[in-house]
Amino acid sequence: MAFIPHTSDDIARMLEVIGVRSIEDLFDEIPAALRAGTLSVPSPLSEMEIGRLMTERAATDGRPLNFIGAGAYEHHIPAPVWAIATRGEFYSAYTPYQAEASQGTLQLIYEYQSMMCALTGMEVSNASLYDGASALAEACLMAVRSNRSSTSRRILMPRAVNPTYAQVAQAIAGNQDINFVPVDFDRATGRTLLEALKPYGGQDSAALVLQQPNFFGSLEEVDALTDWAHANKIMLIAVVNPTSLALLKPPALWGSKVDGAQGADIVCGEGQALGVPLASGGPYFGFMATRMQYVRQMPGRIVGRTVDVEGRPGFSLTLQAREQHIRRSKATSNICTNQGLMVTAATIYMSLLGPQGLEAVAQASMQRTADLIAALAQVPGVKRAFTAPHFHEAVLLLDRPPAAVLAALSRRGILGGLDLSERYPELGHALLVCATETKLGVDIESYAAALADVMGASRAAA
Amino acid sequence: MSNNIPGDLKYTKSHEWVRQVQPNGAIEIGITDHAQSALGDLVFVEVPDVGRTLKAGEACAVVESVKAASDVYSPLAGKVIAINDVLASKPELLNEDPYGAGWLFRLETGASANAAALMSASAYETFLAEESK
Repeated sequence: MAFIPHTSDDIARMLEVIGVRSIEDLFDEIPAALRAGTLSVPSPLSEMEIGRLMTERAATDGRPLNFIGAGAYEHHIPAPVWAIATRGEFYSAYTPYQAEASQGTLQLIYEYQSMMCALTGMEVSNASLYDGASALAEACLMAVRSNRSSTSRRILMPRAVNPTYAQVAQAIAGNQDINFVPVDFDRATGRTLLEALKPYGGQDSAALVLQQPNFFGSLEEVDALTDWAHANKIMLIAVVNPTSLALLKPPALWGSKVDGAQGADIVCGEGQALGVPLASGGPYFGFMATRMQYVRQMPGRIVGRTVDVEGRPGFSLTLQAREQHIRRSKATSNICTNQGLMVTAATIYMSLLGPQGLEAVAQASMQRTADLIAALAQVPGVKRAFTAPHFHEAVLLLDRPPAAVLAALSRRGILGGLDLSERYPELGHALLVCATETKLGVDIESYAAALADVMGASRAAA
Repeated sequence: MSNNIPGDLKYTKSHEWVRQVQPNGAIEIGITDHAQSALGDLVFVEVPDVGRTLKAGEACAVVESVKAASDVYSPLAGKVIAINDVLASKPELLNEDPYGAGWLFRLETGASANAAALMSASAYETFLAEESK
């Protein structure tokens, strides 16, 4: 049955009122060549059939040993996380439209927001955004709205920020008259240096984006860069990895205290590392937190704790005057999609691990990456690209194009890292590698042995 | 619904009031009793920065209640010379005393400001009656 509530009489009457002959005529604006025509969609499958098809397709991925990070990280997810997240009470992708009727969902989001504030050190978090890249685009739009010292709509975007994020920010915010200015990185350290920012001192910019650790895994000198931004009346947008915050200084404490204010003005990032599986690229979730002074410019839903008429505690959506159902075209966001289910998993993940557990994950990931880099750098023809300290990711330089090496490793069941040579040709044969707590000593040894073998074999063949 | 319209003020169709504070062109601006009553209990007021130059009809302030938010438009062109700081911590003043303690900002209007475009109290009263039909 078709789920269309209108009868053919209804449709005929509506067409008559607007003076159109048929529904098809409404699409006259679109040239015929651009129409989809008949969609080639297979007929429906039974549960058994679809299960079999998906199992077959999943098997084609194999079970590779994965050393790719670059924004999505393979962490161990304790079994209770998804056992609880997929309970009927939670298993819905959206914040409910009659929000206050779902006190359990609102409480969970409130707990999530509280945990994100604890991790980032910020005063207020929203209920999540679509993903890390679009969260950065939203943060850029928010900074332009919030920075009252700036009229420029200019954002300083270091090249050491994840290039996919920069591309998404350009696609979303670039069409809203926001001008992104690239800032180069230091070839020796892989960091964004103060010297590279100096030419923009004394000029009007709305915000500086700073990713910590940056795309190359290098730790930026966040204190000096934050102070530079604030001295130039530029807001600081921090893009952070939530796992790393168990070890690193929270963005709220970056830089020095000036006039009672300190640290990043807006913090955003990708939340996938907190209990969400890689799943070939999604669904993930973005997070965003800020200071109370900017909360009215923040996009996304916010849950608050309150009391009912009898004084009993409860939860409600708050500061809704920012949102589309009230502010219409002046709403603070046009992407309010809340990744409710992913946030549920993240909240359960963080609750199960606690601060000590998350610190152990971060500590182990950092150690395994240090072990990985040490092992791989011993392979002839492989060396570290940058000298700056790293968290759980780093760039290696090979003596030949990474593509063929990665293809050979892949045939041995190893995903050896991300080839950076197209995005950053000036780095040469650069490869971004990552190890989390999921990679044991034997995994690292087998990667190093396979790499030595692959590179030695092709050297012998040459 | 509350609907006090003092006779000594001028009004706009977007429900701002204008008070002449000095003969040399400084004016005080707020929202009318009708507007505050329609919005309900206000929880946040954002006023323009001092020194900002406004065009007539430019959106320059925001008044927000629990479930509505509305822009305030500058009735005339001019430069912001004072703002009501107290509203940041006491937005309820706008509900309690819209024509007094709830004023929003003061403008220094130039010679070009077209005050004739504003409505008298009786014209605003007629306008409200028309609007509610």
